[in-house]
Amino acid sequence: MRWQGEVLCEGRAKGEVLRIDAPLSFWGGVDPATSRVVLAGHPQYGVLIKGKIVVLHELIGSSSSSAVLLELIYRDVSPLALILGQRDAILPMGVVVARQMGWSTPPVLLVPDPQFASGVVLSIDRDGGIST
Amino acid sequence: MSVNIQLSEGEAAVLEGRMGSKGQRMALEIVLEAARILGAERLVPIKSAHIDGCLYHGASGTLFCERLVELGAQTTVPATTNVGALNLLKPAQSRLSGEARKMAFRLMVAHERLGCVPSWTCAPYQAGARPGLGAQVAWGESNAVAFCNSVLGARTNRYGDFLDIACAIAGRAPYYGLHVAENRHATMLLDLSDIPADWQQDEVFFPVLGALIGRLAGARVCAVKGIQGAPGEDQLKALCAGAASTGAVGLVHLIGITPEAPDQATAFGGRPARDVRVITPRMMIEAKRDLSRADTGHIDAVALGSPHFSSDECRALLAMARDTPFKVPVYVCLGRHSMIDLERDNTSRALEALGVVFVLDTCVVVTPILPDHPGVLMTNSAKFAHYAKGNTGYDPVFGSLHDCVASAQAGRVVGSRGGW
Repeated sequence: MRWQGEVLCEGRAKGEVLRIDAPLSFWGGVDPATSRVVLAGHPQYGVLIKGKIVVLHELIGSSSSSAVLLELIYRDVSPLALILGQRDAILPMGVVVARQMGWSTPPVLLVPDPQFASGVVLSIDRDGGIST
Repeated sequence: MSVNIQLSEGEAAVLEGRMGSKGQRMALEIVLEAARILGAERLVPIKSAHIDGCLYHGASGTLFCERLVELGAQTTVPATTNVGALNLLKPAQSRLSGEARKMAFRLMVAHERLGCVPSWTCAPYQAGARPGLGAQVAWGESNAVAFCNSVLGARTNRYGDFLDIACAIAGRAPYYGLHVAENRHATMLLDLSDIPADWQQDEVFFPVLGALIGRLAGARVCAVKGIQGAPGEDQLKALCAGAASTGAVGLVHLIGITPEAPDQATAFGGRPARDVRVITPRMMIEAKRDLSRADTGHIDAVALGSPHFSSDECRALLAMARDTPFKVPVYVCLGRHSMIDLERDNTSRALEALGVVFVLDTCVVVTPILPDHPGVLMTNSAKFAHYAKGNTGYDPVFGSLHDCVASAQAGRVVGSRGGW
């Protein structure tokens, strides 16, 4: 199967999907040191997001989420890639700044209503192509 | 990059390295990347910025700001700073650990070196930052954004970490969202006709209404019909802060009061209000109840000043206390601009004598200042009530300033609970 995403931040990645099943603000919701989801009551509570292709349908919350993503990248515990269901600049700003700092960065794609299940292995190419 | 964005001559010169420092180029590249991601066609020159990125979230943010400094970046418009993680006049007040404390301090210093105005307040509009009607600006901090758009009528989106300082250096912001006149019209009407008129006189009316607006409007621009009289600036501040805590509210029009809503037709840009919600007394009562998570009699502390307490509010607090000392600490968070005013007539000394702990440059929900054994925290701020549990572990009890004073003097919740 093949899908086309819009490239918000360019890059390539191959790995397993982690689907986030409820809205999650990275600030207050993800531990910047470990990448663990720390929001009490969240369906992914306790899960590490590092090394995954993280699929987020709905973004909420603090504009400081960019700072948390930058810190995850700096500490080398960032997701492999982000697939966002909504256009938003907050998480991509963390990637844009990391790239300016010369750190290696995950791609960020926009895919309206992304239907990828956790555990599926996906490849992402530089043009936003997604394939199983 | 940025292939679809129209560049001005000056912008092109900075990008090509013909003009400005490398740091200015880096900032402009970041602003252009944001514009591309958001789908903006061009940038808009801005007149001021308010920088939220000086609050510490990790070493990486400090390294980024220091890189801008090394590359010679300087803000090109007046840029006030939001709260940091430390009270610079009393650094030991925050219990941040060694490395975090050091990096949090370096982050604040880096902002000063970038040419920011070191205001360290979430209420920059109290400290003289008051862009005029229609002015294009780039402001961060949710309550300040809502106040700036709604009460001052200046135009900003909700800016956040990195993009705020990049805009202040570039002197430009992506032209989209609330920068664009037609996006500022209300799409939703909230009608207060069913709310008894005397409820609006209650101290808690504006923060509670704000919290309700945030829930109902989310990220939409709404207009509120039926506010009476002429609410003061502190009341409007409380409303904006409540709305921006429970929802992604960037702009709310109060018909007959705020500058872009002299009447309903203007607020809606001449279009009919299709989505009309009548606010019921029950909705207000529930919104007020939702701000409290504790129902015990006992309280451990009172926190005031989110957004930062004004000098008027400090004087009202002193008058209400009637020389009776507080049994639990009363943390009053405020900016240096207010403290200078309070020192002039000894209000600050009188409040300290009663048991007030002043917190400058920061506040008790963004950095660890409250004692490290969470209990019950009383506040008159919808914003503190919203964030207290998650950020501090304390269970909030919400009440009026009168209730907070009486409760602090008794060491337990007393006051007009059970009213509306």
